[in-house]
Amino acid sequence: MAEAHLAPAGETAPRMDNSRGVSRAGRNDAIFHGLCFSAAMVLLATLAGLLISLLIGGWPALSHFGLGFFTSSVWDPVADEYGAAGPIVGTLITAFMAMVMAVPLAIGIAVFLVEFCPRAIAHWVAVAVELLAGIPSIVYGMWGLFVLAPWFAENVQMPLLMTLDPESFWGKLFYGIPNGANIFTASLILALMVLPYIASVFRELLLSVPTHVREAAYGMGCTPFEVVSSIMIPYVRRGAIGAVMLGLGRALGETMAVTFIIGNSHEFPTSLFASGSTIASTIANEFAEATGMHSAALVALGLVLFVITFVVLAAARLLIGREKH
Amino acid sequence: MSAPVKSAGFDRHMRRKLVNYIFVGLTTLATLVAVAGLVMILGSLMKNGLGGLGLHIFTMDQPAAGTEGGLKNAILGSLVLCAMGMIGAVVVGILAGTWLAEYGEGNKLASAVRFLNDVLLSAPSILVGLFIYEILVAPFGGFSAIAGAAALACLAAPVVTRTTEDILRLQANHLREAGMALGAGKGYVIRAIIWRASRTGLVTGALLGFARISGETAPLLFTALGNAFTSWDLTQPIGALPKVIYDFANSPYDDLRQLAWVGALLISFTVLSANIIGRALARGSNK
Repeated sequence: MAEAHLAPAGETAPRMDNSRGVSRAGRNDAIFHGLCFSAAMVLLATLAGLLISLLIGGWPALSHFGLGFFTSSVWDPVADEYGAAGPIVGTLITAFMAMVMAVPLAIGIAVFLVEFCPRAIAHWVAVAVELLAGIPSIVYGMWGLFVLAPWFAENVQMPLLMTLDPESFWGKLFYGIPNGANIFTASLILALMVLPYIASVFRELLLSVPTHVREAAYGMGCTPFEVVSSIMIPYVRRGAIGAVMLGLGRALGETMAVTFIIGNSHEFPTSLFASGSTIASTIANEFAEATGMHSAALVALGLVLFVITFVVLAAARLLIGREKH
Repeated sequence: MSAPVKSAGFDRHMRRKLVNYIFVGLTTLATLVAVAGLVMILGSLMKNGLGGLGLHIFTMDQPAAGTEGGLKNAILGSLVLCAMGMIGAVVVGILAGTWLAEYGEGNKLASAVRFLNDVLLSAPSILVGLFIYEILVAPFGGFSAIAGAAALACLAAPVVTRTTEDILRLQANHLREAGMALGAGKGYVIRAIIWRASRTGLVTGALLGFARISGETAPLLFTALGNAFTSWDLTQPIGALPKVIYDFANSPYDDLRQLAWVGALLISFTVLSANIIGRALARGSNK
């Protein structure tokens, strides 16, 4: 360790020669560098430990059920039989629907803030949108359960149930117990939750488009719509995909808000308004009371979630890159 | 442009203008939707939470249904958990951020840490709960405040690391050079000059980390577990505000639900203030 910090940083700064470690200052320096390095390694160890503990904890379930764990949707703690297809599909569907709703809104917000919003209020609007990210997940959940769900049941589900023929395509698509707790409302809440993350990355991307590129387009007589759609968005395409992935990563792993409103059933969701479950909501609901194989199955679910979100988030980070320092 | 096509060109001009107006309208609408979402959520919090607010919330432990009570055990529990979590996160985060910014230049390992830290930043918090359960709860035979705090620390540390690195990189290199020219070692320069110059930014990082964890429920479900009474024993389960909100909101009793709303109001207020103050400080120091 004492040697490691001696590698010159390649900076222009003149350096003291600590190589003998004779002076007290030099020793302190080495200790300080060691501390900083260890702290960084703690972060690495956390991520590695996360993966290893999930692997160890979930292995009994994975080895016992094999591939059936991913293809069966029978989740029966009484018979001690676990197939995770229901929660896995529920996670993917809700996250996907959330993105379908959130991405156009996020693009709209970012474009509005960068191009059209009056200067005087732009800052405050941006703060308001970012505050959406600050509201705790549990509060979204409560709001969903007590405000959104009853409203949705009364004003959307009931009228649709009354008017649609239950045998028709639309009737089947919108079929569900009219209590507002279903995969659609869960996606709606998720969309609202990930919206600020996507919008804020997207806004930064749009701001990074060089002024001369925008002005050249305006100079050719483009309307703002044409500048945004044919110049700015293509310019930030790569980062924009990253922003979407970042939101997707959030939506996949979101727990409390979804647990409140998704209805918590392990069946395959068969309609838009059917209750369902996600990996995170299943773990949150059951892990504290689970033992033996049930607990291992839940940890294995956690491993699946970890792998999915890790891939998505890693892709997001690679695409967005880091702003140049 | 010659006369015969003038009318076609005029039409196209109108169409482009129209498309543009619709576009402006749609982006405005999108922004209004988001702002309306914020206003509706804050509105319900005020409407349902303000009425139940009173001194008893802070002086009495959580009640059984039908009896009077407050949220004292949960509020104190959350404070203990967040304080312990933040101590861990600030120590690890500031040191790790310092390593990345000051010692990690052109270092492959540092790039890897930076990348994985960014992933950890958005990792699902429930998985951190599972992880801490596997290493601190299951082996030591019980849920505890320490486990809850460790889970929160894992969530806040990446935030503090990231902010610290960003803020240290903003410091001008001549500060470092001046310090070294006076004969100070690199570590001393960092501690006495760079950290001091970045004070506000470091506080911002801590505040944002705090905002990240103070509303977290998922990682506490099977680490701190919750406790219906005020507890100061760190090896025992401890109450937490988000956990009580979760339990009470799912209960069928109106009085408990009312308390859940009060708790939700308190916690949102705390998190949003931490966010706002953190951002204001960051803006002030980045000028």
